[in-house]
Amino acid sequence: MSYQFTVSPDFTPAQLSGWYIFNTWLQNQTDNAIHLEMYNDFHSQRKAIEEDRVDLIYANPFDATMLVRDKGFRPLVKPAAMSDEVIIAVSATNLVEDVEYLEAGIKLAVTDAPDVQMMGMIMLESGDLDSSNVELITCDANILVAKQILREEAEVGIFLASAYDELSSMIKDELRILVRSQISVIHHSLMIGPNLLDQREKIHDILLNMSHDEKGQGVLESLGFQQWETVSEDEMEFMIDLMDTLMM
Amino acid sequence: MLHDMKLEDIVGDQYKEVTLDLYGGFTRKIIYTEIETPYPDGKLIVSTTDKQGIITHVNQSFVYMSGFEEEELLGAPHSILRHPDMPPAAFADLWNTVNAGNKWQGFVKNLRKDGGYYWVKATVIPNVRDGEVVGYTSVRRKPSLTKVDECIKLYPTLF
Repeated sequence: MSYQFTVSPDFTPAQLSGWYIFNTWLQNQTDNAIHLEMYNDFHSQRKAIEEDRVDLIYANPFDATMLVRDKGFRPLVKPAAMSDEVIIAVSATNLVEDVEYLEAGIKLAVTDAPDVQMMGMIMLESGDLDSSNVELITCDANILVAKQILREEAEVGIFLASAYDELSSMIKDELRILVRSQISVIHHSLMIGPNLLDQREKIHDILLNMSHDEKGQGVLESLGFQQWETVSEDEMEFMIDLMDTLMM
Repeated sequence: MLHDMKLEDIVGDQYKEVTLDLYGGFTRKIIYTEIETPYPDGKLIVSTTDKQGIITHVNQSFVYMSGFEEEELLGAPHSILRHPDMPPAAFADLWNTVNAGNKWQGFVKNLRKDGGYYWVKATVIPNVRDGEVVGYTSVRRKPSLTKVDECIKLYPTLF
């Protein structure tokens, strides 16, 4: 039997080859045939989940509720000591010093990553901004969000903080951060679906031990972090409750 | 258990005292000041309670903004944050809404251990497991000044 693994489409270009390397490594370690399907957008990925074509997923926190509640997925691991944070940035020449002084009607560039959009819009609420009074410009990547600001096609950008940090210093010099979130408890997670649940413990242990193995360490580095850590059922339930609370 | 506020915890020498009737049928002596702690940018204050409103989890932002130690908060009723300027009608609406299984959202002036206050935009949801409410999650975010100004005018009329 072959299983399907997929990754939240908000991965950075630098991580793309890393996920293919990880999938090959995982197949070798588990003796499973696992096909990695990288979807271009969240809509296509959600359709695959709806149609029960996904067995293992590195999931965006926004999709955790649906995966756990509707599709019977269970949490496995997440990158250790990492969380999803957002940055609200403007052009370095913009005179606005605080979100509170941004005005209704601004053009706002953002990727289609749902958790980033949600957290970013929350950070803008204190400036009386919401989806009804901003013009959203959706971009395919965080670098394109930056370009929208530099070309003065958008006044404000919402970035995944880790992607912003990876922008070149030349670009970052042209931008200024208004807010960097410090939410700490929202994160991507590797989750396992019903068809693979009988191997959950085995796969969990393999992933936790990955950093102790030289090859495994190299694979982790290609993904941009040092090791996996367990996501317990309670942690996942807490994050789902938190996301449910924020989605309004 | 919720203790009366102590004068030695209060920051500033301009303070008022009042006794509040709280949810659960008990009273608490409140000592409060006009010192505001601004809501920090980028943070969310998160807590969970059990069905009785007893705090079971707080994050670091909650601890920092409340002025309490985490150990003082866990096991305490959530009304430990209840500020006398908040109209009881707001909390009645909150409980009616979440007990009906719905989300509640509103602007709340919270009381700090040191007698000061901070405004938040709060969202509360019931946590449902296997069809049963087992507790509540509350997330507070930075409120807009416009909304806070509206509440400062509105809330005194609701007593």
